[in-house]
Amino acid sequence: MPDNIVPSIVLALPFVAAVMVYLLRAHGRNLALWLATATALLALGLSVWLYPAIVEGGVLRQVAAWAPGLGLDLVLRVDGFSWLFMLLICGIGALVCVYARYYMPADDPLAKFLSLLLAFMGSMLGIVLSGNVIQLVFFWEMTSLFSFLLIGYWNHGASARDGARNALIVTAGGGLCLLAGVLLLGHMVGSYDLDTILASGDLVRAHAWYTPTLLLILLGAFTKSAQFPFHFWLPQAMSAPTPVSAYLHSATMVKAGVFLLVRFWPVLGGTGEWFWIVGGVGLVTLLLGAYAAMFEQDLKGVLAYSTISHLGLITLLVGMGSGFGVVAAIFHIVNHATFKASLFMAAGAVDHEAGTRDLRQLGGLRRVMPITTTLAVVAAAAMAGVPLLNGFLSKEMFFAETLTTGHGAMLNVMYAALAVAASAFGVTYSLRFVRGVFFGKARSELPREPHEPPLWMRFPIGLLALACLLVGILPTRVIGPSLRAAASAVLGVDQLPTYSLAVWHGVTTPLLMSVLAFVVGCLLYVGLRHDFASRETAPVTGLVSGKRVFERMLAVLGSDLPRLLARTFPDRRLQPQLLLIVLLALLAGALAASSAPFGVAPHWSSIDPAFALLWLIGGACAIGAATQAKFHRLAALVLAGAAGLVSCVSFVWLSAPDLAATQLLVEVVATILILLGLRWLPKRIEGISPEGRLATYRRRRDVMIASVVGLGVASLAYAAMMHPVADSISRYFLEQAYVQGGGRNVVNVILVDFRGFDTLGEITVLAIVALTVFALLRRFRPAAESIGAPVQQRHDAAADADADEARLGSGDAMPDYLKIPGLIVQLMFPVIVLFGFHLFLRGHDLPGGGFVAGITIAVGLILLYMAGGARWVEAHLRVLPVRWIGAGLLLAASVGLASLLFGHPFLTSYFRYAELPWLGQMPVASAVLFDLGVFSVVVGGTTLILIALAHQSLRRPRHTPSADAEGEH
Amino acid sequence: MELVLAAAIGVLTASGVWLLLRPRTFQVIIGLTLISYAVNLFIFSTGGLRTGADPVLHQTAGDLAQYTDPLPQALVLTAIVIGFATTALFLVVLLASRGLTGNDHVDGEDGTP
Repeated sequence: MPDNIVPSIVLALPFVAAVMVYLLRAHGRNLALWLATATALLALGLSVWLYPAIVEGGVLRQVAAWAPGLGLDLVLRVDGFSWLFMLLICGIGALVCVYARYYMPADDPLAKFLSLLLAFMGSMLGIVLSGNVIQLVFFWEMTSLFSFLLIGYWNHGASARDGARNALIVTAGGGLCLLAGVLLLGHMVGSYDLDTILASGDLVRAHAWYTPTLLLILLGAFTKSAQFPFHFWLPQAMSAPTPVSAYLHSATMVKAGVFLLVRFWPVLGGTGEWFWIVGGVGLVTLLLGAYAAMFEQDLKGVLAYSTISHLGLITLLVGMGSGFGVVAAIFHIVNHATFKASLFMAAGAVDHEAGTRDLRQLGGLRRVMPITTTLAVVAAAAMAGVPLLNGFLSKEMFFAETLTTGHGAMLNVMYAALAVAASAFGVTYSLRFVRGVFFGKARSELPREPHEPPLWMRFPIGLLALACLLVGILPTRVIGPSLRAAASAVLGVDQLPTYSLAVWHGVTTPLLMSVLAFVVGCLLYVGLRHDFASRETAPVTGLVSGKRVFERMLAVLGSDLPRLLARTFPDRRLQPQLLLIVLLALLAGALAASSAPFGVAPHWSSIDPAFALLWLIGGACAIGAATQAKFHRLAALVLAGAAGLVSCVSFVWLSAPDLAATQLLVEVVATILILLGLRWLPKRIEGISPEGRLATYRRRRDVMIASVVGLGVASLAYAAMMHPVADSISRYFLEQAYVQGGGRNVVNVILVDFRGFDTLGEITVLAIVALTVFALLRRFRPAAESIGAPVQQRHDAAADADADEARLGSGDAMPDYLKIPGLIVQLMFPVIVLFGFHLFLRGHDLPGGGFVAGITIAVGLILLYMAGGARWVEAHLRVLPVRWIGAGLLLAASVGLASLLFGHPFLTSYFRYAELPWLGQMPVASAVLFDLGVFSVVVGGTTLILIALAHQSLRRPRHTPSADAEGEH
Repeated sequence: MELVLAAAIGVLTASGVWLLLRPRTFQVIIGLTLISYAVNLFIFSTGGLRTGADPVLHQTAGDLAQYTDPLPQALVLTAIVIGFATTALFLVVLLASRGLTGNDHVDGEDGTP
């Protein structure tokens, strides 16, 4: 197996296994366990195999094209540093799987849990393996999502849900900042490839965008690694099952932030901003976390704050900016992962056995759990930094680093003092953890009778504790080569600082600092141990809770602010909103016009008297429609229709026959539609209710606004017409319509060929509208006074001596009503249909086309309905509009897809000339088939809308007293 | 020519906007119809006004001196159909609101039925 495909296998394995584990969930816990553990171990084995390729600064790359046009590739990249992380992720992942099997309650569906855990493992591997920064952010956000699901795994508890939510908001929000940061970074460097970016450090640091980029990327890293002031999500996330805490919140996810800091150190590090921001945040977090950990009562809470503190330590090390600091940071990442994961598991074991995690209730467990006690003591000693354990070594390096900040002796002293203080706090809480749980008086009032946990639960703890010991005693043998590989990947082989991993360096300042920290820590514990136990929160810092501030912020953003806005703009009402929209549009138009370079042409355009007369009528109709719409609806409808007709004549006048035909037919259909609707509107009789002063004021105001808008639009239109575009893409369409599209009617060729995708969208809209109308009308409940039979029908019935009560009741047309027009329509219907097909067929070369043809057929159908009545038509003709719509959409889409089969892009049209019998030479274009789809959708959609509305008249009218009284007016 | 059409667009828009701001649903639907006429004419006019120009190609390729500008026409054709669809949808929403609230006020909440 060649090395360079191994990364992709390692990355794919957990995801595949996650799906498999979930699918096989019915087959029991053990199968899930075996699959998950085997996957993690296999991935671990493959990672170990890669060692020769990455030792001494080697880099393994696997590239696949992603969006080559944008210069983006999917890159998997392994170097020493990411390799070390792979070991951590896979190794601890395998141990956590085993541990989870015995930790999770027997009735828990383990498969779902393990499947999420594996998916998380895959995402985490994705972060460290990404060789493309955008890809890195993608996996970064995936870890946030899976951590959300894992923290909230026991989603019946409110604290789990809140913890999961807060973790998601903080880390995913940071991820978005990170995305913005890497986009800036990629833009500066000109590539999103990690190797290119890593090689462009000087360019980035000198760039004007350096500071914003740095801040955005740091926001991503700090949120993920729970740095101050974003640290509060981590203690809250402790409501997660303990295996999740051991894996995500000690070894992997929270390390992603510091991973990123170390990864980008060669690019962003080494500047003043880096030193002060990263170092400062790290220092504050280190102190704050250690301080708060001493006062925690919850076992996992102690560990959570301790994790925050150790992450702060790592951040501080990276922030100090020297190569030695980076080596120490990498070393401490590994050390912290081992001892903290085992401590979390030990805490889980205690919780599992004793039934509580409260330090005030626990005590004396060493008598019943001797093995767990031993392992936990080893791990806690590593956490405190006791010699011969791994924590001691990295802490020595940390002390040494604080003595050489490179920013003056004052700062050195201050950093060293604070480091000792934080370290002393670490000793204190480690002591409190060990003594509080395992030593002291045995408690009798525990929720459960504790005894030693099962072997396989102790096994992962033991293995990790052993690792702490081995690294602590034989550092050069055990961790030396890996650390060297990782450090040289970040720093470069030749830039590697001199460092020594020996256990004993003689009596040095760091050693003295360690001793001092131990003494102070022990004294603190002895002096204050009763005080610790009696407090709910830490003094001073406990007063301000990041969690409370955050939740207050959430409440403000999520409910207070919307409520305030709703109160400030109180209108759910449409009318004021429309006014607001019109005014905003006016404002926007005015702003745009004021800055536009319009020197409106000085010459007057010629005025054609006939055209002017036409629009005199048109304008009068429009104004008439506006004034009549309230009390004389029919008149207003007719007047508006007349205005439409005038614009239709204008289209003919101005050489646009296609538009004129479409406008005319749509006009007809729309008028019929509104006529059908008029019946359901309430009566409104002029002069019944006197007009109030407010109403008069509103009318005057609106006349003003409307006049201003009209004037503005008129001048805009005039300016636009006087400044024709010099050279638009229209030329292209005119030149290519026949050559490429095979049609002489350029408008139609644009619609069905050049811009076919737009048209596909448009007919989809039409289809959706038609179906919506249909659905809305099925549930239509008319108002009470509209239910009775219309006045006209009743009057006719009274006049007709042979009135058939049943027929009247059906709401259908009167017998013999419109008899002669009905006959004419019946005779004309085939002619209309034929005309429709004629329009369709000539559409590619002459005015016409699918739209016009479709509406023509629909008009023919609706004429039949009007003349013959709905029952008569449906007895004689099966109209299935929904099928027309479906068939049309299917046809249009499949014509588009067919071009894919021939290797052309979607909706590429094909045409050639074919010799047809009788008809002679005809252009046959696939666009015609597309147009047929358009035609079909238009027929179906229009008919469906009209029929749905017309069918409302078939409602059986009810003879309610009120309706009768209404009818007497 | 241009002046007349610009004035026409202005009058149509003004009538439409006035109706849009009125409280009755029917007024609003007529207002929208008028505005859509105005918008169609406006989009169409951006290609320049031509009388007697040819809309359909005679040769295999044409130029803008002889033929009308096809692009605004294609846009307006789309706009007409979409305008019809929105009118239909609005009409049905209007009817449903009328049935639910018992009156034809756009906000369904005035005192008079």
